[in-house]
Amino acid sequence: MSAAIEVRALVTHYGPRLILDHVSLTVAAGEIMVIMGGSGSGKSTLLRHLLGLNAPTSGSIKLLGQDITTTTPMQMHALRKNMGVSFQSGALFGSMSVLENVMLPLREHTRLDEQTMAIMARMKLEVVRLGGLGDLMPAQLSGGMIKRAALARAIVMDPKLLFFDEPSAGLDPVVSAELDELILKLRDSMQMSIVVVTHELDSAFKIADRITVLDRGKILLAGTALEVRNSSNERVQDLLNRRPRQEEIDADAYLRRLTGG
Amino acid sequence: MADGGQRPFVDALERLGQICVCLVEEFGYYLALCIECIYWLGWGTLRRQPVRFSAAVQQMVEIGLAGLPIIFMLSFAIGVMLAIQGIHTLKQFGAQTQVVLGIALSVTREFGPLMTGILVAGRSGSSLAARIGTMNINQEIDALRVMGINPVRYLVAPVMVAMLVMMPLMALFADFAALFGGAVFCKLELGLSYRAFWDQTSHFIGVDDIMQGLAKSGVFALVVALVGVSNGFSVAGGAEGLGRATTRAVVLSISYIVLTDMMFTYFLNRA
Repeated sequence: MSAAIEVRALVTHYGPRLILDHVSLTVAAGEIMVIMGGSGSGKSTLLRHLLGLNAPTSGSIKLLGQDITTTTPMQMHALRKNMGVSFQSGALFGSMSVLENVMLPLREHTRLDEQTMAIMARMKLEVVRLGGLGDLMPAQLSGGMIKRAALARAIVMDPKLLFFDEPSAGLDPVVSAELDELILKLRDSMQMSIVVVTHELDSAFKIADRITVLDRGKILLAGTALEVRNSSNERVQDLLNRRPRQEEIDADAYLRRLTGG
Repeated sequence: MADGGQRPFVDALERLGQICVCLVEEFGYYLALCIECIYWLGWGTLRRQPVRFSAAVQQMVEIGLAGLPIIFMLSFAIGVMLAIQGIHTLKQFGAQTQVVLGIALSVTREFGPLMTGILVAGRSGSSLAARIGTMNINQEIDALRVMGINPVRYLVAPVMVAMLVMMPLMALFADFAALFGGAVFCKLELGLSYRAFWDQTSHFIGVDDIMQGLAKSGVFALVVALVGVSNGFSVAGGAEGLGRATTRAVVLSISYIVLTDMMFTYFLNRA
């Protein structure tokens, strides 16, 4: 299988602070890759770079064969039509109805007539089981419905790449499981390559073809769900078994921090 | 001791330097936003990403039409106040009837555009910063970018167009409202008929006076739009950050409007 996403030696900083340290990963076409890690592991930063929202310090990020660190704005604009993103908060536009939200990418990128766009948007709402709710405003939706509406907007252009930021965050287990089913269904029916950033273990193991575990800006492990489960790496097992980190304390550094020296 | 004596000076110099860098950075950002807006307005259609006319019209309604009642009320009051002060001052020279000259010139050149600018900064500048700031916090700006919709084209350019169209029109409306306020007071106090007030006004003010006011209001429109939008985009830190950005947008807009007005007035009246 050819690579839909290829990241090579990605290094990123926030100011002087190193966030990602030579991260490399590959996502094959039609694959669901879950990026897992604890808080502060750099997984959200990695996602922002995959989406082209931040510029890296060094390294390359190839999406569908194009290196987004060197593409022109026009090429990036064309590439974005093949990308769909479901944000953690949904990021639906509060001033538009659900249907208008889902229609927005069609309005901006196609010259279809209003009726056709509305039908296409309603079809996607049916896919995410929000049929007939297009006239509601985002403020009238529950947390799970917001995530599904955001997913409908993300897939309305039938993208080749689909990104999820914490799809299960803030949802009850039943709604979370429904969303996992939806992600699997989308991969199977639309042959999308999907990247899911999450720290929810159950969800990750259910949907992942492969899992990349990030810790403190470095990749600890990349492999199938079984390989990750059976990993002997202590940090991976800490994450899987919810064990608190056992950090060694450097007495001198601790004293310097306390005294502000 | 010598170190202790030098340190405050060095610290003050460092702070001054930091403030200068921030100011240059901020004005650079305004300029970049302005240039990007012009780019999308000029070449957006060629790139098949036009600035939506309907979005600009919607902004015109929000900025302009909805603000007309308050502009009328305050401008009318300004007109009345100018008439009161003018009559009171000129009474000392027995020249009360000359009050119309003072009202006509100060309203068209100064108070109409200034009042409009301050009101729009308070009303629309703050709501602009709050709207874009909220979108920023809710990742809606990121959502636009990943959908391939440039936020400056989609959000800022329509506001810029709407401000540039509506602010001068509203300033003109404020001129008429203030003159009407002055005329009402002059009729009550001096028995000057509306017709006589209007005749004198049209005799005293020329196209230059009106154009001076309108040119100013065009600059105020740019100030309110750029300051509101840039503060909205810079929101960080949740609700507290949003509140700070909104307040900052209003205070900065009004400050820049008054300072710009002073400079405009100085240079335009040197000849």
